[in-house]
Amino acid sequence: MRTRVWRVITPLGFAVIVAVVWLLPVAGQQARPTPQASAFPAYKAPRLDGHPDLNGIWQAFVTANIDLEDHEAQSGPYPEMLGAYGGWPAGQSIVEGGTIPYKPEALAKKKQNVANRMKVDVSNDKTWHDLGDPEMKCYMPGIPRATYMPFPFQIVQGTSPYILMAYEFATATRTIRMDWKQEAPTDTWMGWSRGHWEGDTLVVDVTGQREETWFDRAGNYHSDMLHVVERFTPASAYHLMYEATIEDPKVYTRPWKISFPLYRRTEKNLQLLEYKCVPWTEEMLYGKFKKGTK
Amino acid sequence: MKRQFLSSVLFAALAAAIIPSAFVLAQTGAAPAASKPAPAAKAATAKTEKAWTPKKTPWGDPDLQGVWNDATSTPLQRPAGKGEAVLNEEQADQFAEQLANDLSRDRRDGGNEVDVNRAYNEHWMDARRLKITQDRRTSLIVDPPDGRIPPTVQISPERQKLRAERNAAAARFNAGMPDVATELSLPIRCIIRTDSPPYLPTIYNNDFQIFQSPGYVVIGPEMIHSARIIPLDGRPHLGPTLKQWLGDTRGHFEGNTLVIETTNFRPDDGTVYQGANPDTFKITERFTRVADDAINYEFTVSDPLTWTKPWTAMVPWTKIDPKEQMYEYMCHEDNFDIVHLLSGARAREKNPALNLQQPTKTR
Repeated sequence: MRTRVWRVITPLGFAVIVAVVWLLPVAGQQARPTPQASAFPAYKAPRLDGHPDLNGIWQAFVTANIDLEDHEAQSGPYPEMLGAYGGWPAGQSIVEGGTIPYKPEALAKKKQNVANRMKVDVSNDKTWHDLGDPEMKCYMPGIPRATYMPFPFQIVQGTSPYILMAYEFATATRTIRMDWKQEAPTDTWMGWSRGHWEGDTLVVDVTGQREETWFDRAGNYHSDMLHVVERFTPASAYHLMYEATIEDPKVYTRPWKISFPLYRRTEKNLQLLEYKCVPWTEEMLYGKFKKGTK
Repeated sequence: MKRQFLSSVLFAALAAAIIPSAFVLAQTGAAPAASKPAPAAKAATAKTEKAWTPKKTPWGDPDLQGVWNDATSTPLQRPAGKGEAVLNEEQADQFAEQLANDLSRDRRDGGNEVDVNRAYNEHWMDARRLKITQDRRTSLIVDPPDGRIPPTVQISPERQKLRAERNAAAARFNAGMPDVATELSLPIRCIIRTDSPPYLPTIYNNDFQIFQSPGYVVIGPEMIHSARIIPLDGRPHLGPTLKQWLGDTRGHFEGNTLVIETTNFRPDDGTVYQGANPDTFKITERFTRVADDAINYEFTVSDPLTWTKPWTAMVPWTKIDPKEQMYEYMCHEDNFDIVHLLSGARAREKNPALNLQQPTKTR
């Protein structure tokens, strides 16, 4: 009886130990909900003019706009006024490996950004952009932030050498120039996007971004050396896998990667609506200059 | 660091040029020109349209894709004294020369104050705005036949009050004494600029990029980086309580012409053209590609609470040289002008010696 039990338990126990040992380091890395193309059966997107057709209204459902890395639920600003209206949900990191590989001195700047994220001072042209999260000021979000803001965006792909990405937030747009040689002529808020196809994947190389954009409300940032390479891969009729490799030798010790799925919005007659937030920022930005102030 | 190169005084010139203000309306509406009806312009246009067939997209829509420019010196309204709708070549040369001279900001014949305003000179302007339309018309307006905006109607006391408030704000702006950001015009506040229909030429950045995909045409006006996404699937407009600064647009093709219609404008005074009443303002726009490098853009506006009858204008769009590109036009992000305008006004309050001797000239 005893031997019989052991006969069963021993191999089982061995298998469990092997499995635990085998999975432990993997579990540490894979606990994060990174999207896996393998979660979907093999998919070939319909064609438009010989290329995968990415047209549609898409939206990310991650909370990375609050913080790219792991973050707990927070009250958000002024809970005494906003109560639960202003709350920010918790979320898991979308960064591969969990954390952004900042250089030590750069990490200090990120922390300073968080401390200053709700401050603004536009009284001096030179220090105009020193304080405050650009999102709060209704500035164009830049790439990749535009992709994971909690707003839909539309991909407009035709037969010209341009693909348009139109974002609901701040009515920002960017044009992706396909198979384009010319380098960014100057820095802009949404950057200079050049695309090409690798199989079914739209690969977009983004340079020339203004250094003032942030990645999130947690003050994650970059310098004028930012280089982003994005990959949009159709995974089903309703999903695009999004991946962005972020490189900036001034701020990070190595390139790092984020990834998450984009979901197709399928509501009947859905359209992008206006989110012109400029008027909501005017008192905050310019209130100190109005008549009756000192 | 890059920034908008505009000082507050210089910006007044730009603002006056592109703000469809009630002030302008009052001027233009008051002086109907005595001119003979001349429907030749329309006939000439129709003839050109037939001569050329645009290629189609793979899904069968006429292909309008590309970057287009609508700059011209031909005025919206026919100048007083110009009887003809269309000029002969000799007259056209004279007209073009006169307009180019009037519009030029590189002139030095205006005295000190005008000279200072013109420091925002041709370098910053769209050179294409110094040329008249190829069809040699004397006005962009093709209907009514006199090339003028129809007379205005009496507006309600309520709107008169709003308009008076806006005129007072405009006067403060012209005097360099604005009270608060929210009283400045929508273009200065970077809320809407040339992206508000109808599209009319201005001093610079007259570019529009058209994108197409199955079921959509999208127009990307250079100012301010918005995408006018036009569904072609016959869906209804947004519900009546959902209004937008740029309205809500639906479209369809009639033959080779894209016909779009826009409703649901926000009620704020100044949202729609020349202070028309947003609720009763109607606009239909037609885009017809008439050559590989040309689109005829025609719009009809009506508002029974503003004009005695509808009016129509045609603005030719030209494809820009492929070597040129349309770049991002950022506005709000570096809106130093608002700070300079307001802080300048506060400085003048403290020290009246800084006051402008007279309101800033518009040109």
